[in-house]
Amino acid sequence: MSTYYSEDHEWISVEGDIATIGITDYAQSQLGDVVFVELPEVGASMSQGDEAAVVESVKAASEVYAPIDGEVTEVNEGLEEDPSKVNSDAEGDAWFLKMKVGDAGQLEGLMDADAYKAFVAEQE
Amino acid sequence: MADLSAAKKTPLYDLHVELGGTLVDFAGYALPVRYPAGIMTEHLHCREQASLFDVSHMGQALLIGPDHETTARALEALTPSAFTKLGLGRMRYSVLLNEDGGIIDDFIVTRPEDPALDGTLMLVVNGACKEGDYAHLEAKLPQDVTLTPLPNKALIAIQGPKAVDALARHSTKADALTFMSHTTDVIDGIEVVISRCGYTGEDGFELSCDEADAERLARLLLNEPEVEVAGLGARDSLRLESGLCLYGHDLDTNTDPAEADLSWAIQKRRREEGGFPGEARILKGLSEGPSRIRVGLSILGKAPAREGAEILDMDGNAIGVVTSGGFAPSLQQPIAMGYVTPAFAQAGCKVQLQVRKRLLEAEVAAMPFVPQRYVRKP
Repeated sequence: MSTYYSEDHEWISVEGDIATIGITDYAQSQLGDVVFVELPEVGASMSQGDEAAVVESVKAASEVYAPIDGEVTEVNEGLEEDPSKVNSDAEGDAWFLKMKVGDAGQLEGLMDADAYKAFVAEQE
Repeated sequence: MADLSAAKKTPLYDLHVELGGTLVDFAGYALPVRYPAGIMTEHLHCREQASLFDVSHMGQALLIGPDHETTARALEALTPSAFTKLGLGRMRYSVLLNEDGGIIDDFIVTRPEDPALDGTLMLVVNGACKEGDYAHLEAKLPQDVTLTPLPNKALIAIQGPKAVDALARHSTKADALTFMSHTTDVIDGIEVVISRCGYTGEDGFELSCDEADAERLARLLLNEPEVEVAGLGARDSLRLESGLCLYGHDLDTNTDPAEADLSWAIQKRRREEGGFPGEARILKGLSEGPSRIRVGLSILGKAPAREGAEILDMDGNAIGVVTSGGFAPSLQQPIAMGYVTPAFAQAGCKVQLQVRKRLLEAEVAAMPFVPQRYVRKP
């Protein structure tokens, strides 16, 4: 299993041809208290950069983008019950969606954990 | 991190940084939107205990004329509120009007308690509007009434049901004040104007002092066990729950006070006598009802609707727009306010809100969403 990171602060963890996608711990810390997550329909196909989900904090709505092309196979319905999981476990239990990888080549354009860490340090 | 290089600093800037505030540019000032506790916690703390907010970006100014009647009349020519009978030490919410009756800003007018200051009115205006307000006032005031901005004053709000307990340990005069009245006192050697007002719907105070003393005053209050620091995010969710307008969102130069449901700020004498800008439009709105009106919206479900979301009737016809919206921490549900055509203004009226591709079910709600707890002693 390999995990990649986007400049829009999504993480994507790939196992076989299934990718699990969420937002990073840094992203949740910037958003503050998450009160609602809007998830896509299972079966939806997306291209890299499409709006995949929306995270609502107390103050504002923020888009989550598809880091690669793919078709949504599962969404995390637990987030509808308890959106605050995004604050407590962004890179674990609070994944947003799983998708069937459309173009594995796109993963090469994403960052690994060290590169993302450096990227975040630059933003601070 | 937001680029704050162009933003001005308030006298509490260093304190915000020390306390871990997430700073943003608000009205040209670097101000904390939240602290590490987060908006939800800060909001609930204010409702239960007391919270301290830096509102030093707001404009403080004096109007000085030869006597109260002259200064009050000069201000009445620019607003729909009555000031001639305002008592010593009393305050009033009002709006500054353009020629069409549109709202240039909303502000608080205080008549000093000290009879020696007869002829002076103190103004507190919105930070983002202050330069425009001052230019407007200077252009419109008669020659014998002058405007004196006080750019070196800080303003600290302490809000919440325990605010009075915390402040009373420093000022014996605090507890005796009622809502919308003010006094002056010396706190640990600092001269402070204490006003029992705020914009959270809670009991509380706004404290004006010289900028050089602001950090010391803030630290004195933060040392009280009831008091925690809070940012602009909590201030916004608190005022929204309390049904209070935010200038630039719920109010603007196209909106008149009747539409904004601020007719309570237009006292009886002014309705009878008129004599304010946009009088024809506003009086018509008051007697016949305005063509659109500000309402509260209670949203079913958990998805919030934000400013700009379209309000639709149940058949999908556009009837208005959301001007403020968010999640209400006290209610644990999303709420909003917006303008609708009068046919849809009754509480309980079912509407839909267009949020991205979804339609959210909502209901027109009486405001405030959370009961206000101002202290109005007999």
